[in-house]
Order: sequence, then structure tokens, then C-alpha cells
Amino acid sequence: MPSKALSKKRQRKENVWGFLFCLPCILGFIFFAFLPMCISLYYSFTDYNIISKCNFVGLANYQNLFGGTDPYFYKSLLVTALYVALSVPSSLIVAFLLAMLLNTNVKGKGIFRTIFYLPSIVPVVGMSAVWLWVFNSDFGLVNMLLKSVGLPAVQWLSSETMVIPTLVITNLWTIGSTMVIFLAGLQDVPRQLLEAVEIDGGGGFKKLFHVIIPMMTPTIFYNLVMGIINGFQVFTQAYVITQGGPNNASLFYVYYLYREAFEFMRMGSACSIAWVLFLIIMLLTGIMFKLQKKWVYYGGE
Amino acid sequence: MTAKSKKRFTTVIVYLLLIAGSILCLMPLFWMLRSSLMTNVEIFMVPIRWLPEVFQWENYRDVFETLPFLKYYANSLTLVVFVVSGAVLTSSLCAYGLSRINWAGKKIVFTCIMGSMMLPVAVTIIPTFLMFRRIGLTNSLIPLIIPAWLGGGAFYIFLLRQFFLSIPKDLDEAARIDGATHLQIYSKIILPLTKPALVVVGMFAFMNTWNDFLGPLIYLNSDDKYTVALGLQLFVGSYRAEWQLMMAAACLVVIPAILVFMIGQKYLIEGITMTGVKG
Repeated sequence: MPSKALSKKRQRKENVWGFLFCLPCILGFIFFAFLPMCISLYYSFTDYNIISKCNFVGLANYQNLFGGTDPYFYKSLLVTALYVALSVPSSLIVAFLLAMLLNTNVKGKGIFRTIFYLPSIVPVVGMSAVWLWVFNSDFGLVNMLLKSVGLPAVQWLSSETMVIPTLVITNLWTIGSTMVIFLAGLQDVPRQLLEAVEIDGGGGFKKLFHVIIPMMTPTIFYNLVMGIINGFQVFTQAYVITQGGPNNASLFYVYYLYREAFEFMRMGSACSIAWVLFLIIMLLTGIMFKLQKKWVYYGGE
Repeated sequence: MTAKSKKRFTTVIVYLLLIAGSILCLMPLFWMLRSSLMTNVEIFMVPIRWLPEVFQWENYRDVFETLPFLKYYANSLTLVVFVVSGAVLTSSLCAYGLSRINWAGKKIVFTCIMGSMMLPVAVTIIPTFLMFRRIGLTNSLIPLIIPAWLGGGAFYIFLLRQFFLSIPKDLDEAARIDGATHLQIYSKIILPLTKPALVVVGMFAFMNTWNDFLGPLIYLNSDDKYTVALGLQLFVGSYRAEWQLMMAAACLVVIPAILVFMIGQKYLIEGITMTGVKG
């Protein structure tokens, strides 16, 4: 049948075009995702350190980490987990509240939205210089304000217990993109449901807990997953503001990995650290996707 | 309270909260700018001084004299030009291939690219660094540019694909019947129709490149190759007592980012909205 042969020929042509259009990203995927991933996994079983010969050491790197030979592994894991546990809920709640405020009939909505989004485009290094000083315990702005109203000064970045909460506070400054996503979600909450609550005599709280939050669960879920994934990969703040200190109290996981790889040149061990992070992120994401059936509402699907 | 006055009361509260939030957002930026134009003594004066008595513009001159900031600007600008052009071009090509062409590998390529979004940078950065080191390209901007020319990043491809899918298929089918090739449809139909989306990708690419810290930190090791973000870190590291210079240097890094954001913010926020919700 000639028409079938023709369409087969056409399909082959489409295949060639499709492949050519996607070629850059296929190469990108191979060279900057797939191959590095495999190489990283391989190195994590070696003692590669650039200078001397690379030996296969089996699970030794992982044993060093989990067995406690490397004193920084559990510390950095704990620090990062604490940061994620504090920063993800706080930023989600504040971003959600801001989005709720903006979703009312306020004038100048666009201007407020721009202002709230602005901090998230500011280079982290640039802001780090400002935070270093705002939270300086001797002459920082916050302590100056506290003193002027008669409150005691706080050792923000220089105390082991306060350094993570302080970084969590600075993180609140950059919730703009989360807020914008929430705002978009809020605009999709069906009006008739909100009106139905009104007709039944329900107030703002009823609307919030019985309509808005349930309808927003997919957006909350998305922001939660992204927040956790990003939270585990915080680096610049640790590098510029605290250098992991005081006394390793802000030794973030990726900073620890950076030190291992690019300061101590222990590439093999650094790769095993990276893989543990990858597994943690995959595990957490997997758990969240499993649990989402219990609380995330996908309307009409 | 009557229903009307209660409503008015709520509106006032909402505005107050929004204004308070705005002040908190803008305050650190204002503080940075204001301190960059003061003397080191004036910055810490009690009671707090909101504006400099005399604007100390020479702080900026001092920054340029202490560190080769002009060189850093040139490096960052070069990087931005190559990264943005590469990212926009190749991610739009891939997005076209994944949305407008029905070909055998479409599904698998899309799955791989989406999957790579989950891959933490921490996993890939060491082997990628070692790869570039082996071919002798470290301490140059090239390792920071090449990935942009190979798809630019899964996120950009995904974002553009979403935009491309929203364009009706009849348009290119009509063009196909008239004998147009895919390259023609891509350049004459799809790209002109999706200009706002391309602007969004360009802006994201700009922001990410301008703000990137880890990449330059790892690949660049001589001072004359530094980007502004890295140069600023050098400043923060070595001039910790001279806050007025630090703030001026920070302004030099932050202000270009804010200007670009101001120009394209409308598109940018639409872009985030789109990926966030449909993602």
C-alpha cells in the first residue's frame, strides 16, 4: 500500500527532525546529568583524591560516614535537617499568609507583588554582606533596635544555638516566588465554593479551613517538595555568612561536601557524601508522594 | 459593629500588614544603599541616622580601586551574554522538539530531562569539574557556558514546552501543508508567538548566572577571571571592618539584578505562576 509506505517515510523524517531539535538537550543530559551521576557513584566507592592513584575501596567511604569516623557527617546532617525543619514550614506559612492578603481586593496588588518578589532575585552574596551586619551581635542593626527599646542584645550569628534560627529568619526574606505560586493557586479557588460557605453563614475561618486550604493542597504540596529539596542544598549562606561556624553549628551539608571535595580534595569521599544526599532527597520525595494521597486533593481527576 | 464598618476595619488591617511586609522587604536594600554612601563612623551612629549627611560617592571609587571590579563586571557580562543566548536558543529548540514534533524518542527524552531536575547539583558537580579539569578548561568561563548551550537546564525546557503546548496545533499543520519545514515553523511561527516566554527564560538565565556563586567559586581561581558575585565574596572576606566599602560593593552586585528585574518583572512573575501551578 503506497500511502502506508509514504506515512512510514514521513514518520521516519519526523523522527530525524525530532532528534535533531532535541540533540542539544540530549547531549546536555548525557554529559551534565547522566554520565556525572554514574561517575559520581563509581568514585564514591574509591579513594580518588586527584593526586595519587585511584583505588577501589568498596563501601569504606560510606562506612566512614555512618560509622562516625568522619565527625562532621552527622553534625552537618543534623544542622541541615534542623534548618529544613524550621525554614520550610515557616516560609510556607508566611508565603501563604502574604498570598492570602494579596488575594483580597486591594489596590496596588501588582506593586505589592513586585515588592514581595524583589528580594528573591537579589544575589545571595550581596545580601549576605548585609545580613552579616544586620545581625552582628555588637553593632548590628537588630541589636541596636533591641537596645533602644531596652531589650537585651541577642548573639545572632555568633551563638551555636541562634545561628540556624537566624539563617531561617533571613530565608524568610526570600519567599517571593513561593508566594507568587500560592497567589496563582488562590486565584483558581472556585468562587462558587466560597459563596456556598457564605450562604451557609460561614465566616472567614470556615472558608479558609473548609475550602481554601483543601483546594490549595496541590500547590502546598508542590511548594513543600521544592522547599525541602532546595533546603537540603543551601550553600552560599553557609559559605559567605558563617563559614560553617560557630563551632560547626552551621556546617550545612553541601558546604561540608564542598570542603571535602574542593578544599581537602577527597573526591571519592565527597562523592559518597553527595550520594547520601541524593538518596535522602529521593527518599523524602518518595515518602511525600506516597503520603500525598492522604491529604492532597486533585479536583476533577 | 455593622457589617460595613467591619469590612472597612478588615481592609485597613490588610493594608497595614501589606505595608509592613513591604517595609520589611525593602528595608535591608535601603539600608545597604544608605550605608554605601556613608562614612564608616556614620553607619553606626546612635541614634540611627537614616540618610548620610554628605553623600560619600568616593566609597564606590574606593571599591573600584581596591579590587578590579571593572574586570569582574566584564567577566560577568561576557558570561551572561553567552549563557542567556545559549539557554534561550537551545532550550527553545528542545521544547519545540518535545511539543510540536511527533517522534519516537519524545517520551523518553522528556522523562529523562524531567528526571534530571530532581538530581542535586551536589551529585554532578564533582565529576563535571573533574571532566573540565581533564580537558584543561578550568579557570575559564567555558565550563560555565557550555551547559547553557546544551539545553540550558531542564527547568527552562519544561517552561517553554508548557508555553508551546498552549499554541493551537492547526497553525503549524496549516504551515506543514504549505510545505514549511520544522525549522521554518519554529523560527517564523512559534518563536514570534512565544516572545514573552522567551523573555522569561532569558531573565531566569540572567538571574541565575549573575547570582551564581558555587559555579564560579569552583571553576575560577585567578582574580582576573572572577565574576562580580565571587569578587564581592573576596571583598567580604578581606575587608570585614570597612562596612561602607562592603555595602558599596554589595550594591554594585545587587543593583544590576534589580534593574533587570524591574524591566521584565511582569513577564517573570507570569512565568513562575505558569510553571508553579501546572507543574
